[in-house]
Order: sequence, then C-alpha cells, then structure tokens
Amino acid sequence: MIIFTYDKTFDGLLSCVFFAYEQKKFPDLILSESDQKPLFVDEQYRVITEKEKSLRVWKLLEKKLSKIARSMMLSVWLSELPETGMLLFRYIRKNIDHPRGVEMNFGDDDVLRVKEIAQKVAREAEQLRQFVRFQETADGIYFAPVSPRYDVLSLIVSHFQSRYAGQSWIIYDTNRNTGLYYDTRSVVEVSFSQKDLSDLKLGALDEEKLSGDEAFVQQMWKEYFKSTSIKERINLKLQRQHMPRRYWKYLTEIP
Amino acid sequence: MKILADAAKYDVSCASSGTSRGSAKNGIGTATGWGICHSFTPDGRCISLFKILLTNHCIYDCAYCSNRRSNDVVRSAFTAEELAELTIEFYKRNYIEGLFLSSGVMRNPDYTMEQMLRVVMLLRETHRFNGYIHMKSIPGASSELIARAGTYVDRMSVNLEIPSEQNLKLLAPEKDYESVFAPMRFIQQGMLESAEDRRKFRSAPRFVPAGQSTQVIIGATPDTDKQILTLASALYKRPSFKRVYYSGYIPVNKNDSRLPVITTPPLVRENRLYQADWLMRFYQFKASEIVDDTHPDLELDIDPKMGWALRNPAFFPVDINAAPYEMVLRVPGIGVKSAKLIVASRRYGRLNSVQLKKMGVVMKRAQYFIVCRELPMRTVNELTPQYVRRQVSQKQKKQAADLLQYSIDWGE
Repeated sequence: MIIFTYDKTFDGLLSCVFFAYEQKKFPDLILSESDQKPLFVDEQYRVITEKEKSLRVWKLLEKKLSKIARSMMLSVWLSELPETGMLLFRYIRKNIDHPRGVEMNFGDDDVLRVKEIAQKVAREAEQLRQFVRFQETADGIYFAPVSPRYDVLSLIVSHFQSRYAGQSWIIYDTNRNTGLYYDTRSVVEVSFSQKDLSDLKLGALDEEKLSGDEAFVQQMWKEYFKSTSIKERINLKLQRQHMPRRYWKYLTEIP
Repeated sequence: MKILADAAKYDVSCASSGTSRGSAKNGIGTATGWGICHSFTPDGRCISLFKILLTNHCIYDCAYCSNRRSNDVVRSAFTAEELAELTIEFYKRNYIEGLFLSSGVMRNPDYTMEQMLRVVMLLRETHRFNGYIHMKSIPGASSELIARAGTYVDRMSVNLEIPSEQNLKLLAPEKDYESVFAPMRFIQQGMLESAEDRRKFRSAPRFVPAGQSTQVIIGATPDTDKQILTLASALYKRPSFKRVYYSGYIPVNKNDSRLPVITTPPLVRENRLYQADWLMRFYQFKASEIVDDTHPDLELDIDPKMGWALRNPAFFPVDINAAPYEMVLRVPGIGVKSAKLIVASRRYGRLNSVQLKKMGVVMKRAQYFIVCRELPMRTVNELTPQYVRRQVSQKQKKQAADLLQYSIDWGE
C-alpha cells in the first residue's frame, strides 16, 4: 500500500497529483500528517506543497475540463468530507489519462460522486440564501448566525453583498467560529471569542442588544407566518423536506 | 395583518422567478432570476413573496371567496405607506424576495388599482426597492392604470378562477371571461411592445419582465381535467404566459348550494394536474396526449406520464443506449435530469441498469419500458399494460401519525 501525506490544502492536493506523475507512484490513500496511518504501509511519501507545481496541474485541468467541472471540484473541496482527498485525486487522474477528459461520463462512479457532492454543497449554499435571518442590532448592524453543514460562506458572499449593498451585516458560522462582516463597502472575515460564541449559538440575541423596531418586526413576521398557512392542507412532512429541522434554531418565525 | 394575510393565503402563486436585476446605487435588493423560497409554512408551501391584501373590503360577491360582500368578516385595510414600510423591513431581514400585492375591490376597480399602484410606486421610487413585485390586476380596471403599473412590477396576473365561462357566471355573477381575458391581452401586448422597443433602445422601460400567470380553482365546479388542461395549454401558447396554477378547492363558505360539499380538498387531483402541467412544459407532451375524450380525467392512482405509457405500449421499449433524447424523456421514471445524464454518458460506453439507478432513474417504474445493456426483456408488451398497472399503482397508504409534529396554535 502506498500512502501520501500532505498539508490538507487544495494546493497540497494538486501538488500530490504532480508528485504522483513525476515519481510514477500512485497512492492508495492520501492523508494529512496528523491522521491515523493504516497498519500495513509499504511506501510512504511526504508531499510538500509547492505553488508552481499545483499551478501547473491546475493549468492542465483548465485545458481539459469545463468551467463547470472545475467549480464542481472546488465545491467538493469545500464539503470537507473525509473522502474528498482521494475522490478528487482519482477524478483528476481519470481526466488526465483520458484523451478527451471524462467529465460527462456519469456512468463512472467517481464522476457521479463528484457531481453528487458538488450538488449537496450547492444546495447547502442555496439553503443559506433562503434561511439566513437577520436581526437588527442596536448599532444598526444586521446580524445572522448560521450553522451550515459544509463550509459554504465563500459561495454566498456575492449574493448578499449585492442584495444588501446599503446595510452593514454579519453572517456568522457558529460551527466553524468564523463570519463575514460587510461594512457597506467591503467584506472582511471576523471571529468572536469563545464566550460570545456560546451566547450566539442560542440564536436569538438579548433584547438590549437589538434595535428598537426589531421586536415589532419579528412579531409581525411571526404573525404573518402563522396566518398564511392553510389549515386544510397541513403537511408537516413536506415542510420538513423543504426546510430541514437543522435550520430551525435560527429561524425567526418558528416558535 | 392577521386578517389580511389570512385572506390572501388562498392565492397559490408564490414564484419570484423570471427577472434578473442587479443592485442599483443607493437602492436595496436584487432579483436573482430563479427566485428563492425563504420559508415553508406547516402546509408545506413556500413563502417567497410577502403575500398580502391591501384590503379585504370587496364589492363583489363570488361564491368561492372568503372576502365576498355577503360574508360577515372583520374588514381591514393597510395604508400604502404602512405596507411599503413593512415590506422593506421584511426584505432587509432576508424574510422575503419581494411583495405579492392583491386586494379586494374597494369602491370600484379603478380606485383599488390606484391604491395598489401607490404602494408599488412608493417601493420603487421612495424606497428604491429593487426586489420582486407581483401584482394582481383587478378585473375591470382601466388600461391606463394597468399600463402604468406594468412598468413598475415584475409580474402581473389576473385569476381565471373557474375553468369554464358558464360556471364562472354561476358562481361569480358580476364577473365574466371578458373582464379576465381583456387585461390578459393588454398585459401581453404591453410586454411585446416593450420587448420590441428594447431591441431598438436598451434603455426603454421594461414592462412586466417576468410575464403573467393565472390560477384556476379545482373541484369547485364539475369541469373535467380535459377542459382545464386544454385551457392551460392554450394559455401557454401565448408568449407572455409563464405559469398556470391549480388550486384545490377549499370550502371557505358554508351553506352555498352552488358549491359542492367536501371535507378535504382534492389534493391528489391537484397534484396530478401539476404533473400534467410539467409534462406539457418540460417533457414536450401535448394536452391531447395526456387527456382525451375517452379519458377526460386524469387517473388518481398513477401519474399522467405512466398513464400515457400504458395507453401507448407500442412506443416501448425504448433503447436507452440508442434512442433520441425526446424518446428517453417519455419513459416513466426518467426525468429531465436523468435523461440528460443518460444522453451525455452513453457516448463513453453502453449503460447498464445499475448505472441508470445511480443516475436517479426510478427503476421500479422504468424497468417495464426500457432495454439497456443487460436487462432481460420483460417489457410492458410481454407483461401487458394491465399487469404493469397493478404493479405501479399506488396503494392508498394511511399516512402514519407524524411523531415529529410540533403543536400549532390556530388562535381559536
């Protein structure tokens, strides 16, 4: 069994591809330094991330793959699933080895899996666009805590930036303890202390931290949500299908 | 708020798609092109737009409507300023994509339309709101008012409500088809003219860029699915028409001899109609293929695509590895997405049933209608349509009690 170790960055993964073709050694497993190694290892290589090498691999992929396929690869990377390293390695290798590339061959398990994961990540980003709920704070910042399954904040910046160009807002990922702060000009990354974070995880902010109108608007929204439902058509399963329970803790309208 | 949201809820349309508009300087909001659902109510319907009536006062007396003149309900109204302000506050918090403004008819159609126009103008001009606005055109309103409103809103709609004219006359004596079709024609004309102008001058104003839609109530009258679908397909032929919505009749008014007595709304029939609607819009089916004189109504136990397939066994089996896209699309259990995946992937090699399954084909239904690399030949032609029908028809399973229910306070 051949294993590679790398620094768990996307550039590192592309460097692994370069290393493999250079040395003609193809790994059965790609792990980070700290991961638990399997028992029977024949050869182990430590791949050092080099920007030029990863760029050369990426340049080749730009020639072989469509823009959609490349952005799918980046989405798969954002999923942070344990299988991503090896899956992307196999995907890249298949595309390099096939004269025309295999991105449209959905009969292939890896190609299909890349598409599936990319779709899951895209769906998570879409659901953030749907279910982010801002609360206006006393200092006029619109604040929204979120807890997405995958690391998708980078995929939704442009949407919120153009839609809410005139108001400053924070979208905060309470799982990864990192957030985006937009001050009506540009977006910067922010993070809070552990103590503040545990307060945020509860969802609703303290009353004294909210602006004067906030409670009223929230009340109106709750009222609207309640009266717009049709009693004769109750279908809670369908509601959960569209709006999974894991989003409910930050939704203003759910009691 | 409670009264007016409650009264507006029976309108089905909530789509916020069809317009793409970037943000403007000093303005708020964008329209994304595909629309976003921001929440889902316990009935499983999406909240994309803030769907509200300006008022529930009404001079008409339509049998199917909860706001009719003869009903004894609390009447209420928003002022234009209140409504515009509330929309902006909701929008800023990412609750909604925009506003769906409808209204009961106060004093006369023109007066009502003017009030609605004021809300829309406040939003667009004072608040510089760039989000989505869907406005109901009031039947009987003058064409100048419709023309002015059309330059502010994204979508305008007039509800047909009843799928045939004689039944509309029966249930809504003050309305007729002309009062519905005249504004529809006018909106379409405005759109086409605007599109023509915009070809010449890019700065020419847009008129109802997201087109128009309409709604028909299902099950309030004895009209057949054939009548409904023929009507819908005729509407879809018009260039401005984006959607027809089907709304299962809910008895909001008791003791009216003109209306049927039902306990639950015809949800399955409504679902089948939407499936048929999809077949017409995305699967290249004609209305006459889905329903005809011998089958004027859709079958409730199988979906309309399966129904067509069982009536036309000679069309099958379809060879997955060779048939053109249009034929693959006609196989029950294969949707638009999986059909596209199949057509793209089979260039790399012949596909087998395991691969099809992974691509999202529902083999439970598709197996009787296809041949692929290794599937044995047990198609609909050998097994007979009657046998296949027994296999695929859905048993009316009693929905298991939902353990995850949370309590809903109806305020009664």
